[in-house]
Amino acid sequence: MSPIIEAQDLGREFTVSSGRPLRRVRRTVTAVRDVTFSVASGEIVGYLGPNGAGKSTTMKMLTGILRPSRGRLRVTGLEPSRQRTRLAGRIGVVFGQRTTLWWDLPLRDSLALTRHLYRVPAADHARRLAELTELLELGPFLATPVRQLSLGQRMRGDLTAALLHAPRLLVLDEPTIGLDVVSKSTIREFLLRLNSEQGTTILLTTHDLGDVERLCRRVMVIDHGRLAFDGDLSALRATAPSPRTLIVDLTAPAPPIEVAGATATRVEGPRQWLELSANPAEVIAAVSATHRIADLMLREPEIEDVVARLYRRERTASLGKDG
Amino acid sequence: MAEIHTAPSRSLRGFSALLVYPRLVWVWTRAMAQYPASLLTLSLAQALISLSELAALFFVFSHAGRLAGFGLHETLLIYGLSGVAFSLADLFMGAVERLGEHIRLGSFDTMLVRPVSPLAQLAADGFSPRRLGKLVPNLAALVWALGEADIDWTAERVLLVPVLLCSGFVICASVWTIGACIQFVVADARELANSVTYGGQAMTQYPLAIYGADIVRTATYIVPLAFVSWQPALYLLDRPDPLGLPEGLRHASPCVAVALALVAALLWRSGLRHYRSTGS
Ligand SMILES: Nc1ncnc2c1ncn2[C@@H]1O[C@H](COP(=O)(O)OP(=O)(O)O)[C@@H](O)[C@H]1O
Ligand SMILES: [Mg+2]
Repeated sequence: MSPIIEAQDLGREFTVSSGRPLRRVRRTVTAVRDVTFSVASGEIVGYLGPNGAGKSTTMKMLTGILRPSRGRLRVTGLEPSRQRTRLAGRIGVVFGQRTTLWWDLPLRDSLALTRHLYRVPAADHARRLAELTELLELGPFLATPVRQLSLGQRMRGDLTAALLHAPRLLVLDEPTIGLDVVSKSTIREFLLRLNSEQGTTILLTTHDLGDVERLCRRVMVIDHGRLAFDGDLSALRATAPSPRTLIVDLTAPAPPIEVAGATATRVEGPRQWLELSANPAEVIAAVSATHRIADLMLREPEIEDVVARLYRRERTASLGKDG
Repeated sequence: MAEIHTAPSRSLRGFSALLVYPRLVWVWTRAMAQYPASLLTLSLAQALISLSELAALFFVFSHAGRLAGFGLHETLLIYGLSGVAFSLADLFMGAVERLGEHIRLGSFDTMLVRPVSPLAQLAADGFSPRRLGKLVPNLAALVWALGEADIDWTAERVLLVPVLLCSGFVICASVWTIGACIQFVVADARELANSVTYGGQAMTQYPLAIYGADIVRTATYIVPLAFVSWQPALYLLDRPDPLGLPEGLRHASPCVAVALALVAALLWRSGLRHYRSTGS
């Protein structure tokens, strides 16, 4: 079966001008460069990268909003920028920071309007709406105007709007951005079910490693517009292990702490950053045996850490080759 | 899950955009009708603006009697033709001027990922029947002027009235769409585009002779809004052009409408092709 998304040497530039009128300076920003990948039907793929990496630009090209500056792109066999309208009937799209719903309409009316836009037969609409209402627990706020919904409720409404026409591919740009822990997990569980029960292919961008941990077997990491990694989540963990960090506030400044299972990576007065390679409980016990601790904080790795590690690995690899 | 959609052909999709537009309008009307008091007040406010313009016209003629050879009824005819075309365009296409806002807010992106013409979605967005408030007084003025003005009602003239109104509507709607396309380039160009349409409207409402030949020549050839009311009125009244422009121009309104619609369509397509969204 042919892949549902095929991108080859995909690139997009923007010319931006800055400065005062008449003295404008124009320069070219490359948002995406030489990105090549394909996604098979039924996959859940995470498109990961720090802010400004080019994630949204890639999604906009995939959905036909932006025309690529270079490269070849096929989504469900169609060329997005030329066959945008046709493609729109086959895919569902959600942008985390904006809504496809209408602010002034109750959620139910917004969804009804969506039905007309996608020309979904009334019976199909009713059936799918009932299904999604149950899975996403929309019941309590179907009659509420969209502007009064919480971010989490609105995101669930947006997901419903994107899925009423039973698309084969769901494209999500930062679907969990700004959401609380409970909403995040509701949406993650829902996406997993959608994928396993209906075989919907899901491509999501995120800079939340939690999304990736829970959802994606495969991840692509993009940074400065380039694809820095494409493979299994476990392979990413192996090539760029991202340990958690224990931030320790001592009662007084001290030289870098030396205990088994942790390395001090940064010291600022009484505060020290310990990169963990062992269980945090053991490390905390070991530190408190030798130091007086005022406060503790455990920090999960962030996408920036992963990217930094990918580069460090690449650099050492190429140094090894040259030397 | 089975795919619900079969891919419709290109022409069928163009046609279905026409079908989806009334649906969108209906949904919006229903939404607006949920606040009947506000809808009523806004409609009345719109009607009052139109009525005060009409009152100003009556006032001018109660003093001047005739302006550049045009009496009250003739002027009212010119006013009504452009007023009706303009408020029809405002009713159905007025929302396109908000393109820049939709681009900035990102809502235009969401229109692009739906399988319906983004122009239809843009035009229908936030449709409110309150704009009927403008149409009704203008329509009344036009009907009255058509009855009172000195028109030789041949069959041809009777048949051409709706054609001229349609052309006027298409001309206004096209000029608007062209104005919206400018916003693809400059997301803040809404003010600039408004000077073309609203300024243009005031000009089409009074006998063009008042404004002097140079302005009129420019207006007739460059901003073809003169074809919305001035030339059609000369035709209906069977008057020679006081500015000495060719007679043939008075039959040109439908052609101008088609030409402008083509220009608008081309610009719109080119705008979509070069659309760059917003960096978030
Ligand atoms: N419409 C635009 N005009 C100019 N620059 C843009 C535009 N869209 C994106 N960019 C630039 O392209 C780069 C990638 O942006 P984006 O794809 O939004 O990143 P991400 O979604 O990963 O945060 C950024 O440097 C951004 O400033
Ligand atoms: Mg983004």
